[in-house]
Amino acid sequence: MDELLSEFLTETAESLSELDVELVRLEQNPNDQALLSNIFRLVHTIKGTCGFLGLPRLESVAHASENVLGKIRDGELVVTPTAISLVLESLDCIKGLLAALEATEAEPEGDDGDLIARLNALAEGAEVPAPAAAEPEPEAEPELDDTLPPGAEVIGTRPGEVPLDELERVFRETEVDSFETSSPEPEPEPAPAAQAPAKAQPPVPAQSKAVAVSSEGSPPTEEGPRESAVAAQTIRVNVDLLENLMTMVSELVLTRNQLLQIARREKDSEFTVPLQRLSQVTSELQEGVMKTRMQPIGNAWSKLPRIVRDLAHELGKKIDLVMLGADTELDRQVLELIKDPLTHMVRNSADHGIETPDARTAIGKPENGRITLNAYHEGGHILIEISDDGRGLDPAKLKAKAIANGLVSELEAEAMTEQQIQQFIFRAGFSTAAVVTSVSGRGVGMDVVRTNIEKIGGTIELQSKLGRGSKFIIKIPLTLAIVSALIVEACGERFAIPQLSVIELVRASADSEHRIEEVQGTPVLRLRNRLLPLVSLERLLNLDRPDGDERSGKETFIVVAQVGTYTFGILVDRVFDTEEIVVKPVAPILRHIAMFSGNTILGDGSVIMILDPNGIAQATGEITVTDATAVEEGADHRGIGVATVSLLLFRGGGDPTPKAVPLSLVARLEEIDLATVEYSEGHPLVQYRGQLMPLIPMDERTKLEREGRQPVLVFTDNNRSMGLVVDEIVDIVEDRINVEVRPDSPSLMGSAVIAGKATEVIDAGYYLTKAFGDWFDHSSEETLAVTRGRRLLVVDDSAFFRNLLTPLLSVAGYEVTAVEGGEQALALCERGDSFDAIISDIEMPGMNGFQLAEAVRADSRWAEVPIVALSSHTTSEDLERGRQVGFTDYVAKLDREALLETLAQTVGA
Amino acid sequence: MSNNTLPATTRTRLPATTEARQFVSITIGKQSFGIPVLLVHDVLGPQRITRIPLAPKEVAGSLNLRGRIVTAIQVRRRLGLDPLPADAETMSVVVEHQGELYSLIVDGVGEVLTLYDYDFESHPPTMSSRVREVSTGIYRLKDTLLVVLDVPSLLDFVRVEAA
Repeated sequence: MDELLSEFLTETAESLSELDVELVRLEQNPNDQALLSNIFRLVHTIKGTCGFLGLPRLESVAHASENVLGKIRDGELVVTPTAISLVLESLDCIKGLLAALEATEAEPEGDDGDLIARLNALAEGAEVPAPAAAEPEPEAEPELDDTLPPGAEVIGTRPGEVPLDELERVFRETEVDSFETSSPEPEPEPAPAAQAPAKAQPPVPAQSKAVAVSSEGSPPTEEGPRESAVAAQTIRVNVDLLENLMTMVSELVLTRNQLLQIARREKDSEFTVPLQRLSQVTSELQEGVMKTRMQPIGNAWSKLPRIVRDLAHELGKKIDLVMLGADTELDRQVLELIKDPLTHMVRNSADHGIETPDARTAIGKPENGRITLNAYHEGGHILIEISDDGRGLDPAKLKAKAIANGLVSELEAEAMTEQQIQQFIFRAGFSTAAVVTSVSGRGVGMDVVRTNIEKIGGTIELQSKLGRGSKFIIKIPLTLAIVSALIVEACGERFAIPQLSVIELVRASADSEHRIEEVQGTPVLRLRNRLLPLVSLERLLNLDRPDGDERSGKETFIVVAQVGTYTFGILVDRVFDTEEIVVKPVAPILRHIAMFSGNTILGDGSVIMILDPNGIAQATGEITVTDATAVEEGADHRGIGVATVSLLLFRGGGDPTPKAVPLSLVARLEEIDLATVEYSEGHPLVQYRGQLMPLIPMDERTKLEREGRQPVLVFTDNNRSMGLVVDEIVDIVEDRINVEVRPDSPSLMGSAVIAGKATEVIDAGYYLTKAFGDWFDHSSEETLAVTRGRRLLVVDDSAFFRNLLTPLLSVAGYEVTAVEGGEQALALCERGDSFDAIISDIEMPGMNGFQLAEAVRADSRWAEVPIVALSSHTTSEDLERGRQVGFTDYVAKLDREALLETLAQTVGA
Repeated sequence: MSNNTLPATTRTRLPATTEARQFVSITIGKQSFGIPVLLVHDVLGPQRITRIPLAPKEVAGSLNLRGRIVTAIQVRRRLGLDPLPADAETMSVVVEHQGELYSLIVDGVGEVLTLYDYDFESHPPTMSSRVREVSTGIYRLKDTLLVVLDVPSLLDFVRVEAA
């Protein structure tokens, strides 16, 4: 039933029973003004609500009785028993109508003209007509006929005679005593004729009875329409009481679980059967109590149409709001918590998402934008989708914004997928609205939304297509009180992990398909061609391994968990069952430990801590593969030898030996259609992003095929791009480059063991030279003897050049540490690292090369270390200034030979 | 669980009247301590305690007391003493503080004593600051001295550690 209607029925039934009492009291105290005004107010309210709900029949009856009461209140009429009776009669009529309304959700057909006429006549002051006389019999009689048992003959009667049906009625009344109670006795005092009271009576019950019969088909013997069934079915309960009840049921569930666990250990116990019964009842009770807390999600949406309408007006847009699944129910508590995030997101969609009508028609979209809210259940969760058919998120804009905000570097952003870039909108202080409107764009937004949703154990996902719209998918648990959790063990301690954030479980052991590998002591797992960072609970929580429990060689389980888009594995020793747990907050003195979201009591009665995947993700730093700064921080003063770098593995030049290149050097991976390759002076070129890009094969001798597709690694620097044609792209691994063998071929840096295999690390510089001729030259052999083991510090803000110089100088025999700015260089100095020489770029954001040189010279520890300036453009002023601030030498950035020679002289001196 | 509404003790000095107060006496090492009886919920024998990783060292773990999760506090550590070996029989006194239950792990629990204020004295300034910090004073008993533990400051070690 419509909620509004059922509320109206409940309320009106309450008012009516109050009116019954009050009217009788009024009859006894005709001059009680307070009583009278209360009665008037109640009737007036009923009339008003009926009008509002579009119930004309009810309204007209209520209106007529209100008229009468109004006159009485104004002193135009005096309270007489007749008047009271008439008003009571009208109330009974209303009750009858309400009963029908409740059963059919519609007003029954019928006419109350007579009753209204009498009420009006009374109001007009026409000296109270005798109800019986005023009663046109034919109107009441046919209705009464309906209630007659079949076979009862209808015999026409003249006024004054006792009609047969009247006798029948009396006869039936004696059989079924309830009939009498069904009608309030209209006071019979002023009856002019002896028969009148008897005659006055039938119309009332008959009328209401007829209604009841026609709508419900209930036998006339049933209790009259006095008590509304809806009113009897609904009671108002304090929310606190419900919350309390829920807590107790939660306890009961826990105790039940405990009992079940005991029973499982003891087979054939006489407790088994009653326990099963208890278990079932408990489940039903839990379900029932949960239901009391459930509310349709539509309640949280009720304000949205208005918000969207106002927004549309303000922004000059046309927006349709479609709400699906508004009756999907979820826990009150959850509902409260998602209300604000939902509102915010709908606002966002209306403000950022939907275009103006002009813009929409221009691109062939319907003028009216559409925001769709869709809620549904799926596997113990509620999914809420908020989608719009607006302009979608522009990855290019997001990228630019992310770079401008310093969230990523340009190169890192290049390497990111569209999906990764879109995730930036969940970062703090990120708004794509060019103009800050009153509506949104204040930079507080999606990060707060995400935090709020994650707080209740939910997740939020984003799908967006430029020009086609965006869709947010929120997944939240049905209830917060009881959650499903996975019970795991590490070092003999058990922990619960909320099921919601667990994606899968992986079993790893030395001899299985999944093997945990270590990169510099950090465990990782290869999972479906991705490297999954692993978190060891033992290390994270400082657990002590019990004596005699050696895990080496034993199998380990990995709980793959997801927080936002960050997926990671939690290393545990054992995995038990999943269990329904009641989350309880931890004691205040433990709240500062971010790893736990709460604690609970398990079925066996023991206390267990609930791990918080969000806290764990934060504690492990959410390091992504493309996080170049983290990689560089890992590089300590021993140089590149211990730093891990992301490497792209591929095969090329028809050679089966895997080859590698630092991933950060590669701007993009492309597959080109060989049919589109053009030739200029015999060199292959391809049109790429509006430019001609030279294609360099791995092996010069190989000629490109004429058709088919070929993978290409694209290297970009400034505006120049070069495509290295390879045979096959194999993998991306995170490993350290430790170039071990100096190669014979100039195209190689050397060989290194990468992912357990000898791999040739190519010299990207060599191929760049080939593409653009003037880039680099070969390094000279003699320098090597001088340079072996010398420590160099490279300071350059461009990741490209750092990545280029580091391998180059490593091959030349130096131990290289690369940092991205003067500040970091000085931090190393502060830390006590020592270097044989420093190579520094001049133009850098923050502290530039000159300032660095000054600072280094001023510092006594590094005062003697030679500094070589590195710059892309060298003027005589620069040279002079460089020498003044203390640079030892000055080298053009792209002159590799000069750099190596200068360095050799500098460190050899 | 019925004394939820009772106020916790405060650190104000007890007035020197003849009023009687009741304490549960506990022992740690050779020293007797008293805990106001109105704060005491339960006295427990050895319990199965779940360790809580990363918790302050005073927190021994948590345990299940009839469906409520209770945080166990190693009182010895709070007083700067080494805890008893793991196999030692310890006792616990469960107290309520700000709506939460805490189980104080002690060496032993004695009896409920009714003590009179004229036997009360604030602690001598020479007493170790560690003990002074968590107590309000001392009762002179016939054959021993009873140090009155102040539960709120006993449980306030997070702040103390942070300072």
